[in-house]
Amino acid sequence: MSLLEIRNVSKIYGELKALDNINLKVEDGEWLAIMGPSGSGKSTMMNIIGCMDKPSMGEVLLDGKDISKESEKNLTSIRRDKIGLIFQQFHLVSYMSAVENVMLSQYYHSMPDEKEALEALERVGLKERAKHLPSQLSGGEQQRVCVARALINHPEIILADEPTGNLDEANENIVIDIFRQLHKEGTTLIVVTHDPEVGEVAERMIRLEHGRIISDVKNENFRG
Amino acid sequence: MNNKRTKMFLKMITSSLIRRRSRMIIALLAIVVGATILSGLVTIYYDVPRQMGAQFRNYGANMIFTASGEEPLTQENVEKGISYIPKNELVGYTPYRYETVRINEQPVLVAGTDIKGTEATSPYWYINGNRPTANGQVLVGKNVANLLGVKVGSTVEIHYYDNEAEKSDDDIDLGTTMFVTGILETGSSEEDYLYMSLADLAEITEKVGSYNVVEISVSTSGANLEKYIERIDSNVEGVKARLIKRVTSSEGAVLTKLQSLVFIVTAVILVLTMICVATTMTAVIAERRKEIGLRKALGASNSSIVGEFMGEGLLLGGIGGILGSVLGFVFAEIVSVNVFSSSITFRPLILVISVVVSVIVTGAACLIPIKSATEIDPALILKGE
Repeated sequence: MSLLEIRNVSKIYGELKALDNINLKVEDGEWLAIMGPSGSGKSTMMNIIGCMDKPSMGEVLLDGKDISKESEKNLTSIRRDKIGLIFQQFHLVSYMSAVENVMLSQYYHSMPDEKEALEALERVGLKERAKHLPSQLSGGEQQRVCVARALINHPEIILADEPTGNLDEANENIVIDIFRQLHKEGTTLIVVTHDPEVGEVAERMIRLEHGRIISDVKNENFRG
Repeated sequence: MNNKRTKMFLKMITSSLIRRRSRMIIALLAIVVGATILSGLVTIYYDVPRQMGAQFRNYGANMIFTASGEEPLTQENVEKGISYIPKNELVGYTPYRYETVRINEQPVLVAGTDIKGTEATSPYWYINGNRPTANGQVLVGKNVANLLGVKVGSTVEIHYYDNEAEKSDDDIDLGTTMFVTGILETGSSEEDYLYMSLADLAEITEKVGSYNVVEISVSTSGANLEKYIERIDSNVEGVKARLIKRVTSSEGAVLTKLQSLVFIVTAVILVLTMICVATTMTAVIAERRKEIGLRKALGASNSSIVGEFMGEGLLLGGIGGILGSVLGFVFAEIVSVNVFSSSITFRPLILVISVVVSVIVTGAACLIPIKSATEIDPALILKGE
């Protein structure tokens, strides 16, 4: 059984089909890159996988359970327990320190624990910056805090939206190295990107256009 | 274990207030102003009867004793009646005994009284000259002075006949000569009398120890006066206590109007505070849409969002309430000193109530903005908004 299975999913806004009869399987521990130009349906797909939206048609099975008809409350619960989110614009709470931002995710999931939050920051190389506010961190550091926040609850899937879109090359490499490490540890990664360099480091890459999957390829040069 | 969640919750709401103080200070100011006015006006509201009671005493006595039966009032039963009035509220009391005398063959009403005591019970008297300070001196009402043609420094010769009807031309009476120390002007019936000490009147009439009426000035409101009157009437034989309605009803009307005004102003201030806090919170929530979206994306339930923002609101209400209540007392003290020339009574309960009301009003003002926060779509943060 696949960790995530999307069956005949469409998302329609009035006359517009943002997603058009999508079928996709993501296995446990897989590193998938979703690529495509603006308006291709990447964000819509990410919203549906991230339990922030529901398809107009079709089924979305997570751990074999159809979540496409779940209530908003249940989707919130599933998102909290199974999904870790990484954003292009980091979205850290401006008045909370790095470690508090990580603990925020724990707070909604189960129990805030500063020791664990510091360990997660250590994993992304930011333990020394734990007490700094986001405004005192560089873009790369903020993104690493965002990664630590996504990891802290040991989610089944890490869903990253243009994770390197606002980073310079050095920080991009740091984030990709963290992804490699997570992949080695068996974490399932789904990365939405328009950057070919980021897409090409993934194990598998699908390309969307006009709401349809136009290619689905395994990366033969994948370094793991 | 729950301590960690509580600690995190408190950290979140305090960090939000402290680190985003430029925005929150506007809401805080609104609450402080509201709580100041609330605490100040409510303190004045409850202190006004006491303060105004003291002011109203400038308009004279508000209670009288008369004899309840055939026998006139005696010093003994007057003192017994007075003992039912708390000492701290008793401004003063003055007994009066009335007789008719003749001066220059004109009948004149004489009031024998405690001349010094009238300073407390009739402070509004305007006297051209002075009050009598020794025996053999009189204070003459303006109408009587005009009738007799006397002025300050004149003397009057007073003749008293025990029974006016039986007076005959054969009666030989040398009269009593008394010195006029002052002319009394009140614009009222007091100007129709000639005032002397009870001792002088006793000497002239050769009668001692009884009064027709006793005027009492009590520094309290109508309800308490009624209570004292009931006790005196039921416990003191020979005394009938009554309110001077003209004075007490005017006091009651003024107090009711003043208290209604304070009540209305307080209600308006509370509504304005609520509007100001609600507006600020709406702006705060609009400004934090992304943060709310993020929290929801991280798995925050609607009840968590409500709890966090309500927590911020209530904390703000509490801080504003405490500051405002203390400032309100200072405000009430300044008003009291400037308007009534006396200090306000400190009432800790009003401070507590002001803080509680501030918290409740802030909470109510936050309800609608917070409800809108729960409607924010978590997906908005993925759209790069």
